[in-house]
Amino acid sequence: MLWEGEDDMSEHEGILVFSEKHDLMLEMLGKGLEIADKLQTSLAAVLMGFNVQEKADELVKCGADKVYLVDNQALEHFRIEAYLSVLHNLATSYKPEIILIGSTRNGKPLAARLATRLEAGCVPDCNKLSIDEKMRLVGERITYGGNAAAKITFKGKPQIVTVPQRAFEKPEQKDRSGQVISLDLKIEEPKTEIVETKPLEVSSVRIEDAEVIISCGRGLGKKEDRVLLDELATVLCGQVGCSRPLAEDRKWFSEWVGLSGHKVKPKLYIACGISGVIQHVAGIRDAKVIVAINKDEQAPIFEVADYGVVGNLYEILPALKEALKKQLE
Amino acid sequence: MKRIIVCLKQAVDVSQLKVDPATRHLLIASAPKKISDFDKNALEEAVRIKEKLGDVEIFTLTVTSEDAKAVLREALAMGADKAYVVYDPSLKDIDTSGTAYILAEAIKKIGGFNLVLCGETSLDSFSGLVGSRLAEMLNLPQISSVRKLSVEGDTVTAERTLEDAVETVKAEMPALIMVTREINQPRIPSLMMIMKASKKEIVTWTAADLGVQKDKLGSKIEVIEVLAPKTERKKIKITGENVQEIADKLAKALIQEGVVGR
Repeated sequence: MLWEGEDDMSEHEGILVFSEKHDLMLEMLGKGLEIADKLQTSLAAVLMGFNVQEKADELVKCGADKVYLVDNQALEHFRIEAYLSVLHNLATSYKPEIILIGSTRNGKPLAARLATRLEAGCVPDCNKLSIDEKMRLVGERITYGGNAAAKITFKGKPQIVTVPQRAFEKPEQKDRSGQVISLDLKIEEPKTEIVETKPLEVSSVRIEDAEVIISCGRGLGKKEDRVLLDELATVLCGQVGCSRPLAEDRKWFSEWVGLSGHKVKPKLYIACGISGVIQHVAGIRDAKVIVAINKDEQAPIFEVADYGVVGNLYEILPALKEALKKQLE
Repeated sequence: MKRIIVCLKQAVDVSQLKVDPATRHLLIASAPKKISDFDKNALEEAVRIKEKLGDVEIFTLTVTSEDAKAVLREALAMGADKAYVVYDPSLKDIDTSGTAYILAEAIKKIGGFNLVLCGETSLDSFSGLVGSRLAEMLNLPQISSVRKLSVEGDTVTAERTLEDAVETVKAEMPALIMVTREINQPRIPSLMMIMKASKKEIVTWTAADLGVQKDKLGSKIEVIEVLAPKTERKKIKITGENVQEIADKLAKALIQEGVVGR
């Protein structure tokens, strides 16, 4: 077994980072540099795509000692087999001990398949990463529908983790020296064909970026009533969100806040008519202040709120809007 | 005749999971089990394909270290024709790579399939790795994050939701599809369907029946701890004589917290 062969493990060295999303790549480089310093090893970024060389500079400034540049028309669009073959090639040639991959809808299958091809372990969606006393990577992730956080490490190398967007801060760019190594690699043929790509109908401002979020749940009687939330959002320069049932079951919204939707970290989260099932709570755990407004005194949302109001959201929201307007003047 | 294999996980019902407040450990052993939500969507989609195309058989496949018969009866009631289960207590500590390996071996043994349908992720561990690992092991075209699916001849066409785009992708079958919960609303089986299901077959295999290599089952990861998060919320109830008073108090508290206004 691979993880029992110490010799085999000791030949792994360095950290390899990849995401097809540039911002996420920078965030991972910031964290990667911290880990590289601790392990006294080097940090490399994989830059693949078509006509992407101009992005290499920023990767170096964010901490990459090396940038493996694979520029090829076959990599213009994300195709899992093509991207996988490049990463697999790099991982077997350079034998990194840690591989960080951006946990996007495309990145996660990529990481899972790379781990499978390398017969390696994979810990997905780590919002914290550290190095333990045995110099192993430890990833922390939310599990059991938000009921728990798990700390997981590896029995062998490479140690592959995926990192969600915004889990780590984008690092400050510094003048550093780094090597850009252009590689011409054999690229696997994709097994699927893209017929069409359309932009997703999403709001122009991302809810993850909102400092104030006013969210509604099943306590909202009809779709049009969201105007109550919209009005309060206007006063607070915030955004309106919802819990999963309003998006998936009632289709009143296209996106939702929660473990399976958007994980948010606003300064203020106001949950209106949201019962507070654990999956929803897992998505708002990082909010600074949580306010719950609910008719049901027994609603579990009150257990995880800083301020709770037992009452009718149709009365409380307009009154709160007026009160805030007056007091903020 | 087309054959669809739906991978079903027997998952911990996380909404009914209790926590020991003293140790912050999850009381997993006493929590009820059910078909993982996303897998249920995969099964529902298979049933809809069968309703549309007619000449389709649906097999479910489950890997478990605990008895899963009750859960599989529900899958059969929803419309699966036969349930396969690899039930082996020795599989208790396998990770996603071990699970995918056993699924792959079982799928090879069943054979003759056109589609493998999986949930995008699982309700309890929420890793979302098994479907992708399985696609790699079976060397199949893979389409993940699928919210819409159609089968025509030997081609499968799927709509995938990405962070900022919707991509329509097609592949030749056999292929592996991972579905999100957006794709459909799983049906609740009628009494009639439940009765009919009791006559359907559940095929049980052990790991040995599949001739699995034990060295491929070793977990590649080590779980250090699983703990419920500490809740450090203030839990202040705002009360008052009337709505006006409550709203004023709440507004004041939020201003004092420094979370509203510029």
